[in-house]
Amino acid sequence: MTLAELSARCGLEAVAVPDGTVAVSGAYTSDLLSDVMAHCPDGAVLVTVQNHTNTVAVCTLVGAPAIVLVHGREVPEEMRAAAAREGVALLRTRDDQFTVSCRLGAVLGVGARCAGDGEPAAGTV
Amino acid sequence: MSEAPQTGASAAGDAEAAHEGEPLVLTELIQRLKVRDVMTRELSTVSRAATMRDVQELMRQKKISGVPVEENGRFFGLVSIDDIIRALGGGYIDAPCSRHMTTKLVVLEDDMPLSFALRYFDRYHYGRFPVLNRDRRLVGIVCQRDINRALLVELAHELNRLENATLQAADKASARSVHVLREIPVCRYDFENAGKAANQIKRVLQERQFPPKLIRRIAVAAYELEINLCVHSDGGVLSWRVSNGRAEIIARDAGPGIEDVEWACRDGTSTANEWIRSLGFGAGMGLANVKRVSDEFEITSQKGSGTTVRAVVNIGELTV
Repeated sequence: MTLAELSARCGLEAVAVPDGTVAVSGAYTSDLLSDVMAHCPDGAVLVTVQNHTNTVAVCTLVGAPAIVLVHGREVPEEMRAAAAREGVALLRTRDDQFTVSCRLGAVLGVGARCAGDGEPAAGTV
Repeated sequence: MSEAPQTGASAAGDAEAAHEGEPLVLTELIQRLKVRDVMTRELSTVSRAATMRDVQELMRQKKISGVPVEENGRFFGLVSIDDIIRALGGGYIDAPCSRHMTTKLVVLEDDMPLSFALRYFDRYHYGRFPVLNRDRRLVGIVCQRDINRALLVELAHELNRLENATLQAADKASARSVHVLREIPVCRYDFENAGKAANQIKRVLQERQFPPKLIRRIAVAAYELEINLCVHSDGGVLSWRVSNGRAEIIARDAGPGIEDVEWACRDGTSTANEWIRSLGFGAGMGLANVKRVSDEFEITSQKGSGTTVRAVVNIGELTV
């Protein structure tokens, strides 16, 4: 699924999306950047409250194409600039982590799989 | 009265200013210096019972434009010139200041780097910020004049030191035998630059078409070690080299050292403070993450001196 399609179907605000055609393979939700580095799958969008440049750096390292900021958090200019530099998309929602994760899961088809076969709930499809 | 003073996490989140185009020495300085190094410690304060007129008189005597309201170190608010003007216009100049002081305040913590203070001045356009310590006690006040004065003194010291260091480095350069690909200084609390080494390694390896999974392991180790230097050390150096089938990353600092290394390497243990945690760091996963992605991991540390962490990822037949 493309980032633009996922964003539209989940009702996310596109703060800065350099390339909407980039493929999204899943989602990962965490506010701890070490946790993101340890477990975020390549190609997953990161759902987080962390609105600063280090979030962009971590996404670059793990190959996450987009950040979804929750609670309508403001996007500092430094973060916007870093994201533009690194080609990481910035999306935003007024919802909390759980709500937007559910929505992403539904669109990506993660929820159905997790509920059905008892596999570990890794955020990839 | 409205809200209690607070240091907002969102403000802290973007407080690590980008210092592009700024001389490195100045960037390092504003990261190394703490708010407590530049603040005014001798404060003229009043208690909550003082009237607005008392505050006005104190401002006149001391030639100051803001007076903190505090009792035994507990900070309640600030009376500014604007508050006094409003009191005169509103006819309540003899009322207790506790009723009309400003309580919706942004404050700084004495342990924050100077870069935070500079960013707060940019962001909020206030003339001064009260400074609280870890116990939320009022310990000082900082205005831009305090910062200018401290920076000029420190810059003079720093320039002297740099001049001497440049001369010494030129002497040593010819005698260097170990070929280190990169050596990157990491300053305490300089989150803005803390990912640079990891990014550099990643780019070099990408250019040479290393497998993405291998690049991620090496870059994650580098990033975690940089963040560790940034959060826990007084500053240090991250060096890395890729040769002879190994990518080796070494983080070396001169203090303060780790008391219990085994405890520090355990998942979920950390000594990071609240505002570090508000940035998403200090969850106690850093060293555990480095260990997990490395084929060899070594840490040596002594309380009161420095720490050295060495992480090696085997890259097999791949060459650079």
